[in-house]
Amino acid sequence: MTENSRNTKGKVVLQTQGLTKVFGGLTAVSKFDFQIHQGEICSLIGPNGAGKTTVFNVVTGIYKPEYGEVFFMGKNITGKKTHEIVSYGIARTFQNIRLFPDMTCLENIKAGQHCRSSAGLWASIFRTPHQRKEERHIQEIAESRIRQIDLWNFRDEPAKNIAYGSQRRLEIARALATEPALLILDEPSSGLNPRETQDLMKFLKNLIAEDDLTILLIEHDMNVVMGVSDWVIVMDDGRKIAEGPPLQIYNDPLVIEAYLGKDDEIQEPDRDEQVRGNG
Amino acid sequence: MKHNAFLRIKEFFTSRPKTAFAAVAVFIVYPFLVSDYYIDVTFYFGIYALLGLSLNIVLGEVGLFDLGHACFYAIGAYTTAILNTRFGIPVLALLPVSAVAAALFAYIVCSPIIHLRGDYLCIVTIGMGEIVRLALINNPFNLTGGPNGVFGIDFPSLGGAIVIDSSIEYYFLIWIVVVLSILGLGKLQDSRIGRAWNCIREDQTAAEASGIDVRFYKLLAFMLGAALAGVGGNIYASKLMCVSPESFTFWESCLMFCIVLIGGMGSIPGVLIGAAFISLFPEIFRPFAMYRMLVFGAVMILMMMFRPGGFWPRKRGAVSFDPLLEVRGRDD
Repeated sequence: MTENSRNTKGKVVLQTQGLTKVFGGLTAVSKFDFQIHQGEICSLIGPNGAGKTTVFNVVTGIYKPEYGEVFFMGKNITGKKTHEIVSYGIARTFQNIRLFPDMTCLENIKAGQHCRSSAGLWASIFRTPHQRKEERHIQEIAESRIRQIDLWNFRDEPAKNIAYGSQRRLEIARALATEPALLILDEPSSGLNPRETQDLMKFLKNLIAEDDLTILLIEHDMNVVMGVSDWVIVMDDGRKIAEGPPLQIYNDPLVIEAYLGKDDEIQEPDRDEQVRGNG
Repeated sequence: MKHNAFLRIKEFFTSRPKTAFAAVAVFIVYPFLVSDYYIDVTFYFGIYALLGLSLNIVLGEVGLFDLGHACFYAIGAYTTAILNTRFGIPVLALLPVSAVAAALFAYIVCSPIIHLRGDYLCIVTIGMGEIVRLALINNPFNLTGGPNGVFGIDFPSLGGAIVIDSSIEYYFLIWIVVVLSILGLGKLQDSRIGRAWNCIREDQTAAEASGIDVRFYKLLAFMLGAALAGVGGNIYASKLMCVSPESFTFWESCLMFCIVLIGGMGSIPGVLIGAAFISLFPEIFRPFAMYRMLVFGAVMILMMMFRPGGFWPRKRGAVSFDPLLEVRGRDD
């Protein structure tokens, strides 16, 4: 299923160079380089505290890096504001779902279209033809997205009322409504049961096939990582310790050491079987 | 029985054309049927409705705790008072000027504090309100007349063409402004700007990550809220014919806050209910003036216990139960 060399046919979507982020005396990310190519699902894994989320936050503009640069589609986006980065085409979801709880599911998705529309104060008050056309377009996009995630029947329900798994999908749909070229998912399977996780994996694969999309994942569930990734990057202690196709990473002694410590005798039979079952 | 009646009233008000027609008819006929006293009471109801609407943008739509909103009201009133008494510019012509002055003031003062969240912003806005009031008392550049304020403001007029000098005319002036504001704000609620405001209220970080320029939309809300309060200040100043710092105390900001909370955050009908309560309540309870605040406090406490979302919270979406039934019906 996976090849040993990276499929580099697609052009580079995201690239970092010497990315370094320091919190006080702690270097959370140190000289981190990576590349993501168009059409890939790339996973970023590593033990807790490895700096994965920090990398996400630097890429999405929540933190500014001390050193290094981030390039998106060849454009330097280092230090740009989060909402600007979204408008360039990077959308994200959060580890602990962050929806707009009292707004309806449809309104949640419409929020994603904000950066793709332009009606100002006067246009909105006086309902100019341009504004009305734009609203219709937003409505159409939101409706097609909500159908895509099978929540059409809940479109007018406040987002806080729907099931947890549905909330995850809604958050992804909101991110997709920003029309991104790169979708960044922070632990999309956390809190989902195995069946929902399977559905999520299928959903992600469909996304890559249907939309012109690239996905970057942070994930703890090795099942998901091994199941959907084209490329895996392993972080430990703020540095990249390995990268490669999933199977190669799975057998990399350095990775095993990072996760389980130096003593090779410790094994996790559970995980072993799961991966074999999938691969 | 009582609940039934409540539902029927609600049903009536949610069928739009009937409501609009009934409301317009009542408001046009009403001032010709009652004495000047009641017209004035309704005028102040209108002023508070306008102030409530203006704070509702900041507090209700965006969720920014602004306890100094009276300062924008003051800026509007003093702009009108000073420009009218010094330069004789007609009051109605100063209406947009007051709005712009208040909005500009909001932009300058709020720019550096806009990133503050929750209670921190609340405390800074209290300070903002107090600083403006104290500055007015201290009579900067001999402009504000110190504690006595500014006297001799004209009737609202537009260079002799339109002159507003009776209670009925003031009544129509304020309510036309209120109705126009309601129409405009209603349109805004149902647009990308209204949605962006609500997103910020619900979750600021998620809003930013969904591509909404949080800082810009917060400032926009403050400026628009200030502009409306400035318009309120203009009409208030010409009605009273004088302005003094006493009219713009912290208590006034609190009243505006109560209007929004009583009615329901982000709800335009709610603001009207809140404003009616705040302005009519003291009149009704005039004979028991001593116990007024006691009853007022008790009502607030009871409301927080039994209707924490306000008397008329904003309804979202079209239907809430049908979709669930639909799912069950389809059985998938």
